[in-house]
Amino acid sequence: MNDDCNDGDDDAVDDDDDDDDDDDDDDDDESNYLNVNMSLSSKQKATVKDFFSKMSTRSDDIGAEALSRLVAVFPQTKSYFSHWKDASPGSAPVRKHGITIMGGVYDAVGKIDDLKGGLLSLSELHAFMLRVDPVNFKLLAHCMLVCMSMIFPEEFTPQVHVAVDKFLAQLALALAEKYR
Amino acid sequence: MVEWTDSERAIINSIFSNLDYEEIGRKSLCRCLIVYPWTQRYFGGFGNLYNAETILCNPLIAAHGTKILHGLDRALKNMDDIKNTYAELSLLHSDKLHVDPDNFRLLADCLTVVIAAKMGPAFTVDTQVAWQKFLSVVVSALGRQYH
Repeated sequence: MNDDCNDGDDDAVDDDDDDDDDDDDDDDDESNYLNVNMSLSSKQKATVKDFFSKMSTRSDDIGAEALSRLVAVFPQTKSYFSHWKDASPGSAPVRKHGITIMGGVYDAVGKIDDLKGGLLSLSELHAFMLRVDPVNFKLLAHCMLVCMSMIFPEEFTPQVHVAVDKFLAQLALALAEKYR
Repeated sequence: MVEWTDSERAIINSIFSNLDYEEIGRKSLCRCLIVYPWTQRYFGGFGNLYNAETILCNPLIAAHGTKILHGLDRALKNMDDIKNTYAELSLLHSDKLHVDPDNFRLLADCLTVVIAAKMGPAFTVDTQVAWQKFLSVVVSALGRQYH
């Protein structure tokens, strides 16, 4: 019935979520204290890297699907793609661009220890050229999470979900860094 | 009044007719409490919420998840007037439970993720569109009576 509950498992390692400030051993004291950006713990960073590694064979599909779903489920997002002949879900430009975006996300995984520094030029691009309203980063993140959940239902546990959601939120913050 | 196409009605009805309320209700509420831990503020009397594992094993949370999901039945049966269907529930959440209405959106997002995991490829783009529309109407109705 409840497969997520390890009731009888006495040997289970107590791997509770680091969703508060317990063992951020690689964050300095100041950022721990302030914790204003809900930064990722070292455990969550590892969770993100691990899941993205598992996902890598399907990353193109997920990227293409996620952007398709974004323009379908939140049609206002099509406003950024008026220069395409076809911005409908599943269209070639949408799929291609979804793959490009996912590539950027994977790149960000590699820069997880310094997203703001690592994504500086991408941030400038989004701030001065693309000027995508940051609310849309959340919408796309949601669509990515839905796709991950669909394609990797077993692996996308609540613990993985929170780590990936935090990471995408941090990524969005880094992208919006240069906005104003 | 919200307009629903025949296709949208069929999709929403189909999702509910194949729904395991206990499984999906439990998983959605647990996921919400884990992914957005500040939502735990409303569950002080629900026992141990110390970490993800205890949340997932908590029978009170499981039961409440089921209850919440059955609450969506009302919207399903009254799709043409969800706003008024939830007027009383909205007041309850505002005046008695004091739930920040943004939490409805958070739970709705978790419900979507759980259903997507369950349905896999059957959770098509059109399905997600209809489902998102349904949940948005529900979320809006639940927040409507706040004052």
